[in-house]
Amino acid sequence: MNLPLIVFFVFALLAVAGAVMVILAREPIHSALALVLVMISLAILYLLLGAEFIAAVQIIVYAGAIMVLFVFVIMLLNMGVEERTNFSKLAYVGVVGGFALLFEIAHWLFHSAAGAAVANGPAPAVAFSTVELSQLLFKSYLFPFEATSILILIAILGALVLARKEE
Amino acid sequence: MEFISQHPVLVVSIVKIAVLLFIVMTALAYLTWLERKVIAHIQSRWGPYYVGAHGLLQPLADGIKFLFKEDVTPSVSDRLVYTLAPFLALSLALTAIALIPFGPPSVTLLGQPVFVVSNIDIGLLFLFAITSMGVYGVALAGWSSNSKYPLMGGLRSSAQMISYEVSLTISVVGVLLLAGTLSFNGIIAGVHGQTGYWLHFIPKWNVFPQIVGFLCYLTAAIAETNRVPFDLPEAETELVAGFHTEYSSFKFAMFFMAEYANMITVSCLATILFLGGWLSPFPDTWKWPLFLPGIGLIALGIYCLIDTFTTMRGIARLQFAVVTLLCLGGGALCLIPAVAAVIQGVFWFTAKILAILFFYIWMRGTLPRFRYDQLMSFGWKLLLPVSLANLVATSAVVLYLLTKSPQ
Amino acid sequence: MIVPVSYYLVLSAILFGLGVVAFVFKRNVITIFMSIELMLNAVNLAFVAFARAHNQLDGLVFVFFVIVVAAAEAAVGLAIVIMLARNRESLNVERVNLLKF
Repeated sequence: MNLPLIVFFVFALLAVAGAVMVILAREPIHSALALVLVMISLAILYLLLGAEFIAAVQIIVYAGAIMVLFVFVIMLLNMGVEERTNFSKLAYVGVVGGFALLFEIAHWLFHSAAGAAVANGPAPAVAFSTVELSQLLFKSYLFPFEATSILILIAILGALVLARKEE
Repeated sequence: MEFISQHPVLVVSIVKIAVLLFIVMTALAYLTWLERKVIAHIQSRWGPYYVGAHGLLQPLADGIKFLFKEDVTPSVSDRLVYTLAPFLALSLALTAIALIPFGPPSVTLLGQPVFVVSNIDIGLLFLFAITSMGVYGVALAGWSSNSKYPLMGGLRSSAQMISYEVSLTISVVGVLLLAGTLSFNGIIAGVHGQTGYWLHFIPKWNVFPQIVGFLCYLTAAIAETNRVPFDLPEAETELVAGFHTEYSSFKFAMFFMAEYANMITVSCLATILFLGGWLSPFPDTWKWPLFLPGIGLIALGIYCLIDTFTTMRGIARLQFAVVTLLCLGGGALCLIPAVAAVIQGVFWFTAKILAILFFYIWMRGTLPRFRYDQLMSFGWKLLLPVSLANLVATSAVVLYLLTKSPQ
Repeated sequence: MIVPVSYYLVLSAILFGLGVVAFVFKRNVITIFMSIELMLNAVNLAFVAFARAHNQLDGLVFVFFVIVVAAAEAAVGLAIVIMLARNRESLNVERVNLLKF
């Protein structure tokens, strides 16, 4: 029972609790805050895995910008709590099937040789270097990088055009 | 004692955190005193004068008032979020201060650097992460107060914060291009840090090559912390008090402290990135700047001594005599060469922060405030293009210098 | 080898499953969007875990792109949600059924 394992379990439990709160909350603002909790726990798990830059980007972009956008929209369209309504009972079958699949995957990961080779590979606890990541991003993956910048430009224009009030 | 020698990191960290927390809370309180005094003198009046000698016990009186005032809770829409928002704002503002190095890492105690609580390789990025989470405190406070003035104030304030956050981050990238690293110690004293002198007397601080970046950063920082001239969302004549209208006593005090803590954090960041952090503006070969803190404190003590015997009367005279003794004692302590060598970095860091905070307070006393649409168009149409132009120009110059002399 | 990588993969699968459950069972459009973000986060965790397992940085580059694409998608999606709320006066997906036969 070493410290990284304890930290992992604490924040994994927080992440799962946040995800369950997203489903169970009655007001959408509580779902949004629970999702922010999930994202922050995941950022700490990225830190545990050594990906410091990705943890910082997750908090700055995901928790600090995208979720702020969600919270803004929820506040602006103040449409109240969700009502009860009937839904297709077939969804329950789907959920059971989904959990069966999850159980199978976990079983394969933990109890078979191929799974163990995939998952329990050598993992020296050295943090990933930001310098190397930026070299990779700007040399090998330069074209996707520029393409995503154009994608963001298109998204900004689309959002502006869509959300404009009709005069 | 073996516990201390076996777990030096834990013990020193706890001591550092306790001391830093105490110092930061006192500094927050006396920053409010400084602000009221400076604005008062700009407006040709005295400011707090009677509560202690020269109003020095005013923050204590304000603190007691905040503790004992009745906590009026309106019929809020969401009690959990209403209570959570001020805690979130204050805890985020205080967490950001843990990353800042107040002095050189060479001063150690039990092998741990004394003047920085946590030294991270990507410290700057983490500081931006923490400030970007600060928007939640404002937005949630405005929304959960269940009233139209806080809602409008909260939405406007958070929209302003996220707009100026972009310019804040981009204006800093010029410094990162020059320094080549994201860690604070690297930016101050690293390979491409701010040590050394041009022409033997101009210190190599980043404010000189990056003057445009510095001005953009300062403007964006003032807008980010909701200070005049960008404080429309919390101005009294416009929106009662903006997002913290419905908060009273301790929760309001937490928002208040969070705003000043954000100001301190942003000033610390400006000092580290642009003004050379804890480096002294005088070359290391000169010996006399080591005694500047001592001489300054003794001069302040002599001024307090003269003031005690001329203008103070009654109990204020006693209080001010205590202040005089503290100043003279501290000055004498700082004149010991061993202490002066240790205190040097912290002294220069504090002096630079105080200069920037004085600039903040001076702006508050002098400038009128922006209207909201002027504020937003300034942020998106002027400040963002200027920071981007600064980034492009800096990267062009760095690329040219790299190709000229490959290293 | 302190925390086995398989633990992270199981957590990622659980979060993804919870995201799917939220997607299927909730009726508020914004909550459905948030479940999509939850699924994307779970996938990000799997990528970072695999990057750790193979000690290569390509997983982190992909995580970066996923985050950027999620940001763009959230912006456009929420603009559509705002238009929807204006036209149909409600955020219930079951009210958006004009094309239902």
